[in-house]
Amino acid sequence: MARLRLATVWLGGCSGCHMSFLDMDEWLIELARWANIVYSPFVDAKEFPENVDATLVEGAVANEDHLQLARQIRQRSRWVISFGDCAVTGNVTAMRNCFGGAHEVLDRGYIQLATHNPGWPSDPGHLPILLDRVTPLHEAIPVDFFIPGCPPPAPRIRQVLSALIEGKQPHLEGDDIRFG
Amino acid sequence: MAVRTLTINDKLVSSPEGATILQAARENGIDIPTLCQLDGLSTVGACRLCLVEVGPAGRLQAACVTQVAEEMVVRTETPKLREYRRMIIELLLTERNHVCSVCVANHHCELQDLAVKLGVDHVRFEYLHPHLPVDVSHELFGIDHNRCILCTRCVRICDEIEGVHTWDVSGRGTNARIISDLNQPWGDSPTCTSCGKCVQACPTGAVFRQGSTVAEMEKDRQRLRFLLTAREKREWLV
Amino acid sequence: MDLNELNGIAADQQASRKPCVIRCCTAAGCQSAGSAAVLKALQQAVAEAGKQDAVEVRSVGCLRLCCQGPLVQLDPDQRMFQKVRPEQASSLVAALDGGTTDAEPCDPAAPFFALQANVVLVNSGRIDPEQIEHYIAADGYQALAKALTEMTPQDVVEAVTRSGLRGRGGAGYPTGVKWSLVARSQGERKYVVCNADEGDPGAFMNRSVLESDPHSVLEGMAIAGYAVGASQGYIYIRGEYPLATQRLQTAIRQAGRLRLLGTHILNTAFDFRIDIRIGAGAFVCGEETALMASIMGERGTPRPRPPYPAESGLWGYPTLINNVETFANIPQIIRRGADWFASLGTPKSTGTKVFSLTGKVRNTGLVEVPLGTPLRVLVEDIGGGSPSGYIKAVQTGGPSGGCVPAHLLDTAVDYESLAAVGSIMGSGGLIVMDDENNMVDVARFFMGFCMDESCGKCIPCRAGTVQLHRLLTRILDRKATRRDLVLLEQLCGMVRETSLCGLGQTAPNPVLSTLRYFRHEYEALLRGERRHGGPHPDDQ
Repeated sequence: MARLRLATVWLGGCSGCHMSFLDMDEWLIELARWANIVYSPFVDAKEFPENVDATLVEGAVANEDHLQLARQIRQRSRWVISFGDCAVTGNVTAMRNCFGGAHEVLDRGYIQLATHNPGWPSDPGHLPILLDRVTPLHEAIPVDFFIPGCPPPAPRIRQVLSALIEGKQPHLEGDDIRFG
Repeated sequence: MAVRTLTINDKLVSSPEGATILQAARENGIDIPTLCQLDGLSTVGACRLCLVEVGPAGRLQAACVTQVAEEMVVRTETPKLREYRRMIIELLLTERNHVCSVCVANHHCELQDLAVKLGVDHVRFEYLHPHLPVDVSHELFGIDHNRCILCTRCVRICDEIEGVHTWDVSGRGTNARIISDLNQPWGDSPTCTSCGKCVQACPTGAVFRQGSTVAEMEKDRQRLRFLLTAREKREWLV
Repeated sequence: MDLNELNGIAADQQASRKPCVIRCCTAAGCQSAGSAAVLKALQQAVAEAGKQDAVEVRSVGCLRLCCQGPLVQLDPDQRMFQKVRPEQASSLVAALDGGTTDAEPCDPAAPFFALQANVVLVNSGRIDPEQIEHYIAADGYQALAKALTEMTPQDVVEAVTRSGLRGRGGAGYPTGVKWSLVARSQGERKYVVCNADEGDPGAFMNRSVLESDPHSVLEGMAIAGYAVGASQGYIYIRGEYPLATQRLQTAIRQAGRLRLLGTHILNTAFDFRIDIRIGAGAFVCGEETALMASIMGERGTPRPRPPYPAESGLWGYPTLINNVETFANIPQIIRRGADWFASLGTPKSTGTKVFSLTGKVRNTGLVEVPLGTPLRVLVEDIGGGSPSGYIKAVQTGGPSGGCVPAHLLDTAVDYESLAAVGSIMGSGGLIVMDDENNMVDVARFFMGFCMDESCGKCIPCRAGTVQLHRLLTRILDRKATRRDLVLLEQLCGMVRETSLCGLGQTAPNPVLSTLRYFRHEYEALLRGERRHGGPHPDDQ
């Protein structure tokens, strides 16, 4: 069986889902027998590669860079999987939407609430432009599968990856789709 | 008492005259999802989750308010009902800010439980993300409108069981809001007796005990049951 | 007051009638065009000409061609004038004696007037709605007298049943059946309610009836009270109708003074009182259970039925609820006979229906036609067609209705035919659209209306209309995908089937009917084409 080309991506989230991924502990060694991790915060690849079998995407789509990367991921991956509540629902990352668009949010964060040197961060070319509205991943690109949870517990992630390795359609139900 | 015989999901069941489809189903171990319904309170038929298909034409009727009838044929689980119920939960999740991961009622929430049960692993509609207040002016409790689903259990329990009617609804449509007294802070309410029944009745983390943090707000429905039994049967069973 | 005295008032009124009458419309449409000043100028002109003994200047209700107001009609020669200005008053008075006037004439023999029927609107534009004597002189309250003295309540119910009259509020439930249900219901008290909470965008039939002939509604309600055994009636009127409310109040006061309402009506044992309840701007209060909640001083939200109002309505007592126009038909059914009424219209949809014709049509105004009249007659002959020469669709039934495309304009206006083409009769709003109207935009307009007017009680209507509106907006913004269109249709089905009351259940109708006949406009937007109306492909 060909080894699974697996990627994991960290968009607008806290990396807790990736921590939970690491919580799979010794099963990671098992995973390494069947899958190549071709792109991830855990590996040193700068460019999202071509021909990825499955990509786990943590985090909501919150800025222009996220949006571009998400589109690239969609083009280059057979399976795109929303990984954790931020990707699935927007979760905490999307709570800023309640305050309005990017302008209102930056204003609140850097001017209204600042105690020293109020002013917008300005570093053109380095800081990505905030989107007016944070969205779950599936509002930006078509998504094939959803792993809810904040973070998804390690066994839940393992269940999905096992199915992918076996070439099966993953399936979660009952408490395994619980948000939060 | 007259008995009515009806068919629920191909099973012949009998139920006293005047009972609702929901009562008949539950007595026979058939589960129908509900959200606005709470035993002991008046029924409003508002959440529409308990809709069932009735008769050969499969007309949708709310099980909580529809009385059983002789030879009635009821189906409680069909692909259409499952899809509609799922959509109702999705609509609720988009309407306000139900962020389970930081909610006091995480893992003790009827909305969350129903999402699990109805297979809501993501929401197909746009989240609205309204800007809503949290009122913690009461010394013991708080109300977080971000988590409110407008089931009006708090309104009804306060009016019908505690007999106070501190809560009501103002505004309309998606701008409807639970208010205390004349739309004043809960802490300023001259009518609230601080009995906490609304806290126990609330299906989500909207009405909560202060000092609860994420996932700590467990609801004790037994307490409501105790009150109802005491009231209806004059039995004070602890 | 007894029948002789009633006839005496009618005779006095006939005797005091002056040879000439100048009728000036003072219903809301003409008033907003300045008819109050015209009325005053006419009165002054008559006084200046010293013709007070020969000429009566009469404030009347709707003369129907609202777009050309203020309207003035001269009696006896029936000449009509439109867009009348106060300075034309003296020449109009002179015209009575054959003088010339520069007032713009309006042909009362034109199809707009000639093709109309005169049942509900028989007194509209003829009597002064604030003078009960005028109504009495036009056979007013004769039907009540006949019902009270010659008929049993059962006879009345039977007459209404035999007439075939169906509810004019929109759903078309047989009125006689409803009356007999309430009549048979047991209750130590019963109520009669008139639903005057007309709220559809573009609809003003009930307002015009109330402003033009309020006593016909009061008489209809009193007859209903006698038939079902009620002694209290309520008129629930929309808060945005101050003139109609004021005229109703006047009418109730006058009828009470003549003992045509109150206790021992027409010297019989029948008591009937009518009170007005004014709405506070909620469309949902037109739904009968929400309306009753509002009358009882509660939050105006619907509740599940059963129990139906006929069984358990106001304060738990049997309650009869009918629309303004339904009640306005009753006196004539009793006076002229059920068979006469049943001979009008079609066998299943008897009688006439009042419509308010608006939109892209030359003659906008109030129109009454026998049921079964083809839509084409209404729009092209009576309405005079659209100014652009092209009619794309006709919207009937307001936010609960649908759009009938031009190629179905030969559809007869009756309850069944309109339902068959995916629309509804509704309360009588008719909005004509041409190629400037994008049908997706039309659907979104009505969805926005329902979203704003949803009471918020049930989830499908409260949150579903919001999401439907968003999906339509996405489509109009050309940001939608095919998936969004699928989701739109699924959600329409869900909101229609699961909502608690008629508002939610019918809210998807404008979307469903435009999807049925104008899907190509949705498709064009999905393809990213510029948002425009354009004609229907079949019409090109």
